[in-house]
Amino acid sequence: MQLVLEKRAERSNTIALVSPLIAIGLTIITMTILFAILGKNPLLALHAYFIAPLTDSYSLQEIAVKATPLVMIAIGLSLCYLANAWNIGAEGQFLIGAVAGSWIAVKTQGTDAGSWVLPAMLVLAAAGGALYALIPAICKVKFGASEILTSLMLVYVADLLLDYLVRGPWRDPHGFNFPTTAEFDPVATVPLLIEGGRLHLGSIIALLVVAAAAILLGRTIKGFEIRVVGAAPRAARFGGFNSNQLVILTFAVSGALAGLAGIIEVAGPVGHLQPGISPGYGFTAIIVAFLGRLNPLGILIAGLFLALTFIGGEQAQIAMKIPLDVTKVFQGILLFYVLACDSLILYRFKLVFPNRQVASGTH
Amino acid sequence: MELIEAIILAVLAASTPLLIAATGELVTERSGVLNLGVEGMMIVGAACGFGGAWLTGSIFIGALFGIVAGTLMSLVFALMALGLAVNQVATGLALTILGVGLSGLIGAGFVGERITPAAHLYIPGLTDIPLIGRVLFGEDAFVYFSLALIVGIWWFLYRTRAGLILRACGDNHVSAHALGYPVLRIRTFAVMFGGGCAGLAGAYLPLAYTPFFIPGMTAGRGWIALALVVFSSWRPGRLVVGAYLFGAVTILQLHAQGWGVGIPSQLMSALPYLATVIVLVLLSRARTGGSTAPAALGTVFVPDR
Repeated sequence: MQLVLEKRAERSNTIALVSPLIAIGLTIITMTILFAILGKNPLLALHAYFIAPLTDSYSLQEIAVKATPLVMIAIGLSLCYLANAWNIGAEGQFLIGAVAGSWIAVKTQGTDAGSWVLPAMLVLAAAGGALYALIPAICKVKFGASEILTSLMLVYVADLLLDYLVRGPWRDPHGFNFPTTAEFDPVATVPLLIEGGRLHLGSIIALLVVAAAAILLGRTIKGFEIRVVGAAPRAARFGGFNSNQLVILTFAVSGALAGLAGIIEVAGPVGHLQPGISPGYGFTAIIVAFLGRLNPLGILIAGLFLALTFIGGEQAQIAMKIPLDVTKVFQGILLFYVLACDSLILYRFKLVFPNRQVASGTH
Repeated sequence: MELIEAIILAVLAASTPLLIAATGELVTERSGVLNLGVEGMMIVGAACGFGGAWLTGSIFIGALFGIVAGTLMSLVFALMALGLAVNQVATGLALTILGVGLSGLIGAGFVGERITPAAHLYIPGLTDIPLIGRVLFGEDAFVYFSLALIVGIWWFLYRTRAGLILRACGDNHVSAHALGYPVLRIRTFAVMFGGGCAGLAGAYLPLAYTPFFIPGMTAGRGWIALALVVFSSWRPGRLVVGAYLFGAVTILQLHAQGWGVGIPSQLMSALPYLATVIVLVLLSRARTGGSTAPAALGTVFVPDR
């Protein structure tokens, strides 16, 4: 007797709908076991992770703030992944966007520059992120170099560039030698939505991005092309769709969104440029994209959920001394379960009895 | 003279983890499976390897811990990518994300601890020969093992029947299956071998390269190992050349930083990563006449019955 995988005649819509929920359920069971191994009370830990952050206004706002970059990056990545282009360097594009936008903030610091500063920063950040993403895209299309490896290598390069700038030319002269720029001027800062709160304009931009992606994928020819090239490359070739052009397009869009997310994070919650502005947003966004089934609305929900794990992780660390790495383990396990459950949309398990098969002589 | 000897020794030490991890991945990819989780398996290997050596005081047991940890990680990958036919790129990424978190969790207990690093060979007379003595006869066991490993793998892939079957699975899994070879089982073994090598390569870092563990100490070496496999055109001989070239780039940039040439240290640190991108572009470009990659690399296989 053997358990084997068998292709379904049709994709199962029921499983497509419930698979993210099953994945989250399995992850929570696994985490319960992990907490027990770590010697923490699992119920209290789960409460700190998933319930406590939902009970006060500050944490709720903080979840939206953390979800903003995750959702923006993941929307861009979902376009890439739908078109079968593997951009895994969003972290680098995020950092380059932050650097490109900060350039204006640093150069106009202390001058009487007007309200054009923030819009210009956003535009430059998007352009910077897009150009940085175009490097692996062009290397892929022109020379056939694996975009997975090149985009990932460029993450380390972006990290070092940012490090150089804030330790060298852009360092705050009054910053006690800390590697950081001076605090941005008010005209170079993303405005808050509620005075004294945490929620900022970036969250509105993220919602607009979600809506735009939903329209692009659901209502336009370009969106259709992206989906066909990824799902059925042969059919796309017969249809005359140019897959190279789509690799360039999806990389540029996802780079621009990651770059925009980068400057919004720096000019919003952080307030200045420094190393470590991202707790791995670019990589967590990969999980967000898959958990959201590469669907804009799904990504919005998934982004909020993963933001909850960041905040919950911080609270669990403070309240129960649970190491922050548990959050990363949690995110990794979640991605595994999501992928495994997704597999059951296309396949199903079947028990086979090899002996009987041989006897009947069929296959 | 002494400086040249020191540089060569440092290059060998920096290349060895790349060579071991890339050898494992070469075998995995030759069977048709693309496991992008090398970085994750390496970092878990580093944490477990150091833990093993620190608890028992034995470098050998530490190395074994690293191998076992890497193999276990690769089994998770095999279960997903081979058992459940999940997209291999996504699964590999998940493995790396999980590995980074797990290693932090495992390693948290012994950050800041030190061990006695792996001993170096010493043969009186031979090791004392100037310039080449220490390079040839004064390395640690990992360096010699990595070279034996790659020779063994060359022999296995090109001179044994099992190696031929493994390559057949990587080039055309449908035909291999039709001939009656258990494609998924062979691939599982190849993935496990890759995991064991990645775990050992990770363990090398805290056991021999630096005698302590820091989170994230693999610093992208797993990804560079993946690039090396592409660089080698999936051939063991070229893999050795590639690994030592990259080791040399890493060490030269470190020395250049020490000499204080007027270049920002961050640019020098970025060199190995930039070099990887440039090399990938140049090689892929030179290969316009058709890819040398295993034909079935990264594709899902679900046997029909």
